[in-house]
Amino acid sequence: MTTADTAPLSYPFNVPESLELSEEYEQARNRPGLLKVRMAYGEPAWLVTRYAEARFVLGDQRFSRAEGARHDEPRQSEGRTDSGILGMDPPDHTRLRTLVAKAFTVRQVEKLRPQVKQLANELLDELEAAGPPADLVDRYALPIPVAVICRMLGVPAEDRPRFRVWSDAALSTSSLTAAEFDANMEELRAYMRQLIEEHRRAPQDDLMTALIDARDVNDRLSEVELVDLCVGILVAGHETTATQIPNFVLALLDHPGQLALLRERPELIGGAVEELLRFVPLGSGASQARYATEDVEVGGTLVRAGTPVLVAVGAANRDALRFDAPGTLDISRTGMQHLGFGHGVHHCLGAPLARLELQEAIGALITRFPDLRLAGDVVWKSEMLVRGPRVMPVGW
Amino acid sequence: MTWKVEIDPQQCIASGSCAAIAADLFVVDGAYARPLKDRIEEDERALDAADVCPAAAITVRDGTEVVGPRP
Repeated sequence: MTTADTAPLSYPFNVPESLELSEEYEQARNRPGLLKVRMAYGEPAWLVTRYAEARFVLGDQRFSRAEGARHDEPRQSEGRTDSGILGMDPPDHTRLRTLVAKAFTVRQVEKLRPQVKQLANELLDELEAAGPPADLVDRYALPIPVAVICRMLGVPAEDRPRFRVWSDAALSTSSLTAAEFDANMEELRAYMRQLIEEHRRAPQDDLMTALIDARDVNDRLSEVELVDLCVGILVAGHETTATQIPNFVLALLDHPGQLALLRERPELIGGAVEELLRFVPLGSGASQARYATEDVEVGGTLVRAGTPVLVAVGAANRDALRFDAPGTLDISRTGMQHLGFGHGVHHCLGAPLARLELQEAIGALITRFPDLRLAGDVVWKSEMLVRGPRVMPVGW
Repeated sequence: MTWKVEIDPQQCIASGSCAAIAADLFVVDGAYARPLKDRIEEDERALDAADVCPAAAITVRDGTEVVGPRP
């Protein structure tokens, strides 16, 4: 077993201004044991980079998210927030997740496919009318998930300019002080509380109304949980997908053979999205540390009770022990179980919705524009937990 | 009374939610999750797993009556 007597490496490894996976991960994967790392804030942590160990830690109840609140959790920003459902363990986690799970099942979101398809095509009409160069992020990648999650939850999509700043700050790794970070979150909560009151007065056919019923009628969640759950769904429901749409387009433009294959065989879109989810390391690094609640051996390292473990899913998704030619983008791969949506109880609640939006958005875009290309420099999000273009000019 | 637990491999996306909720009832050891035993004693966690499954792939039956996922 390895010991903890080496100095922790500074983490995260990836740079924000690209979609590359840092070579340090490959070295880590090839070394026995876990790696000791330290983030800008919080205590040192063990880093998991291999697939089998990533699945193990994410899927085992001896690794707790809730413990993070009782520790100096490793993180990229000074501010720390109560991470809501992401910071809970069963049975609290199960109680909240149950309330929203049904809205996001495969079968339920599949009903939205015609609407998403239509929305993508309308946005492409507008893009085409505006003419190149056009910003793919602002005009296409962002409006699709914003419209969908706002409609589901019951948030006016036209309020996007209002919640954009707060929502960005929620995922920010920038130099916001803890006080600024808290102030931002409080503004977003205040906005949501006001919407919840409006829904209380005039119930709608949406998820917010269903959650208000769970609170008011069945007493299944507290008022704070209600507000934070709505905030969490709104933020998580659009930022990641809005970031992955341009990321996937960049990855495909970077692999013209694969893009040509997808245009030739559009029925591959489902598998292509899965492969892109595996291939694109979205996060600038691992976050959401899990704390061992007892001594557990992970990949040859003894993780002592009370010690945090970070799981680098981007690295695990490129583990040669699990995937053939892991560094190759191959949209015809099958039977793959990437960790792009995580694993275990915190497996992305919105995975079926994200899949649907990504399939429809990418499919419609590459079909409409056979000569799609970059038409200017990509401006990267440099201060976010997720990596991707902030601005991406395209031509066709 | 015992319950019967099934996972539809056509629906399962191997999220690992079920095994993480009840490792003694569910396992993800191949392409899909499966129940470790198809008959179990009444167990609230089986219903929880069925409720939170992102694929709605888990069915729990008491005799012929479906008890999970809960409506």
